[in-house]
Amino acid sequence: MIAHTTERILQTVLVLLAISFIAFLLVATLGDPLTSLLPPDASIADRQDLIMRLGLDEPLLTRFLHFLNGMLHGDFGISYRTQDDIGPMIATRLPATIELAFASLLVTLFVGVPLGILCGVRPNGIISRGVMLVSIAGITLPNFVVGVLLIAIFSVHLGWFPSFGRGDTVQIGGWTTGLLTLSGWRAIILPAITLAAFQVTFVIRMLRTQLLEVGQSEHIRFARARGLSERRIWSTYAMRNALLPTITMLALQLGNVIAFSVVTEGVFAWPGIGSLFLQSIQAADVPVIAIYLIFVGAIFMIINLVVELIYPLVDPRLKRSGA
Amino acid sequence: MQSKRSLFLAGAALTCFLVAAPASRAAEFDFAGPLDAYTLDPHAISNTLVFAILRNVYEPLVARGKDLSIEPVLATKWKQVDDKTWEFDLRKDVKFSNGNAFNADDVVFSFDRAKKGGMSSHLADIDSIEKVDDYTVRLKTHEIDPILPNQIVNWFMMDSDWAKEHGAVEPGQADNSTEGYANQHAMGTGPYVISQRDPGVKTVFSANKTWWNTIDGNVDKAIFYVIPNPSTRVSALISGEVDMIDGVPPQDASRIEKADGLHIASTPDLRTVYLQPDVARDTLVYGGGVKGNPFKNPKVREAMKLAIDTGAIQKRIMRGYSTPVGLPIANEVNGSTAQLDAPNKPDLDKAKALMKEAGYADGFDVTLDCTNDRFINDQATCLAIGSFLSRIDIRVTPRIQTTARWAQQINPPGYDTSFAMLSYSPYTYDAHQFLSGLAKTRDPKTGAGVFNIGGYSNKEVDRLTDEIGAETDTKKRTELLHKALGILKKSNAYIPIHQLQILWGVRDGVNVVQLADLSYPLAWFKVPE
Repeated sequence: MIAHTTERILQTVLVLLAISFIAFLLVATLGDPLTSLLPPDASIADRQDLIMRLGLDEPLLTRFLHFLNGMLHGDFGISYRTQDDIGPMIATRLPATIELAFASLLVTLFVGVPLGILCGVRPNGIISRGVMLVSIAGITLPNFVVGVLLIAIFSVHLGWFPSFGRGDTVQIGGWTTGLLTLSGWRAIILPAITLAAFQVTFVIRMLRTQLLEVGQSEHIRFARARGLSERRIWSTYAMRNALLPTITMLALQLGNVIAFSVVTEGVFAWPGIGSLFLQSIQAADVPVIAIYLIFVGAIFMIINLVVELIYPLVDPRLKRSGA
Repeated sequence: MQSKRSLFLAGAALTCFLVAAPASRAAEFDFAGPLDAYTLDPHAISNTLVFAILRNVYEPLVARGKDLSIEPVLATKWKQVDDKTWEFDLRKDVKFSNGNAFNADDVVFSFDRAKKGGMSSHLADIDSIEKVDDYTVRLKTHEIDPILPNQIVNWFMMDSDWAKEHGAVEPGQADNSTEGYANQHAMGTGPYVISQRDPGVKTVFSANKTWWNTIDGNVDKAIFYVIPNPSTRVSALISGEVDMIDGVPPQDASRIEKADGLHIASTPDLRTVYLQPDVARDTLVYGGGVKGNPFKNPKVREAMKLAIDTGAIQKRIMRGYSTPVGLPIANEVNGSTAQLDAPNKPDLDKAKALMKEAGYADGFDVTLDCTNDRFINDQATCLAIGSFLSRIDIRVTPRIQTTARWAQQINPPGYDTSFAMLSYSPYTYDAHQFLSGLAKTRDPKTGAGVFNIGGYSNKEVDRLTDEIGAETDTKKRTELLHKALGILKKSNAYIPIHQLQILWGVRDGVNVVQLADLSYPLAWFKVPE
């Protein structure tokens, strides 16, 4: 068990190092930060001076080691664009993204799970067929199209919800929350639905398949033979088997949601780390882009790590084969 | 069943609660733009957007009025006391928004501070500053400088005591060697104070109760939102969440015009788009199908000018929201004349004949370097230019990149391009800035012609540029400018396309003032009470 844990943690660290290096390499070729830093009529001497100060003339590997060393000491570097520390920059934007991710998770749970159960239990019903048909749209329509459509209907036409921003926020310690104000709740609804669009369809389809499969399995057939009511069979025996993998997948998807909120945040001008990332790309703000990529990589890796470490506890069969 | 119904009712109540109408507001102005000011530090960077936001909070000694003429702000009078000295009388009874008095010490402090920051190029011609008394300062220039007031319209005054108190004596540096308090906070003498700031999200301006002047408009609170996505921005205007948006895509302009209670406000932007072929190298670095560098032949350049129909670009691509020009600088810039700036008339037959005369009847291949995120419809303009030039058998391969990559490609010291689409906007509103930075022969030592991407070189233009720099007689100076620009026009080494326009979507009843330098002069805006 300890060997398993150490191995997993070491693997994670190694992958994170690789991500850091790749992120660093990618952004090293992304563009010329001097353009956004220097006035258009800067002299060559000014350029040289800035290149020296930023250390852009050093070999790539040296720059990477500086960069790693800084990160280990909690120094994430300075944004070329705003000339602020990147650590606090990301910290102030993170709550917005996390709240959006959880709001979209709630939408997924309250919309996706019931509909998925319905489609699994009554696969041939009219409603189920309708849901399956509409859910194709959720899979095929890109996020930004969903967002623009929702804005056109609910902001422009009906005027129910704001088309951009996060509404008023309240500061609690180091965390700004939009969930304690009316305008905050109004603002989060459309982006949360947009971000959840894919997840909802995903959950519906997964639950349906699981339930159809479980419905054919031995223990359900025995339960029927015993004369138990349909309601009891589905809710007590089938559901348990079908929900477990779905919830695991949803947990894993949380990393995805945080990472890929970029598009949704861009459409709704949602002030999270995704918007920060887009603004940084536009200005070739190399250090922020690098830190963002590493940060998202770390979220993925940590969620994966936690899931892998918990699995043997949940499913004893894995523990035995691992030992 | 009962519980289900009450749940439904609760849900309905919640929905009503959530969609309650927004509160009414008095003289509040909400507006949105695609980008935020990078920093609030007025001396850290020379950037149009930073100045556009900060002009509401900080003030310069002199500024441009609604008619673009130089007007007194924190200086009441100024004069040239000798060839190399300008004297400014400062306004008395001016207070910073924290109550500190403004005087010559703050000007001296702001000079030293600005000299260390990214906007120091605006003060490059000034050698030193001298405090004569509490309300008089003298600026000593390196050379004779007749247009000094034009150059310092973006040099903002900061409270020296405030800066010392917060450790913001030096402007923010890209390597963060100094503290960045002034990046996030502002302390000026202007009509507004920044009461709340969330970088890249929103900035709240409130009226400065102790301002020395009175506002022309009636806005006492303004919120600037950053909405990068253009369609969301348009939606926010149509749905009534904001009163004005900047950066309307031309293709959405008619949608806004047709919407009830909205209109488009547009005015020429100083920024002018032009093409510059490489005339310095002996061969094409990106091109082929030809020996030597055909751009060195003036006939080829003239043929290119005649082949491009800028009127069609204005109509089809810019949907009318651009002004075709005959010079690589805008109409409003000092030195331009109606005659010089008259757009070129396309003439395909003559262009073909010129290509033949020049010995390039079969044409050649070349790569055109363009951006896709720098200004409105730049990518579409680039593609259109390619197809116009293909009519005289110049086979253009557009290389369209983001601004950051494009700049890396074409900028000094490499100038790694054979043909580029560029744009320029002189903040002095004077053509001399264009001549010295973009038309003079390149000289890495003095920095002359550093952004002369095509490497154009003409001894007469060089000589005239130096002469203009030292000429104090306004009339003579203007004549010299006309002469130099005439030579540029005749050379066709700069092929002008169009002057851009500032496109705002505005709610009816809101009165805005648009300036060619893209700023948001909130003190001049009027909103319905």
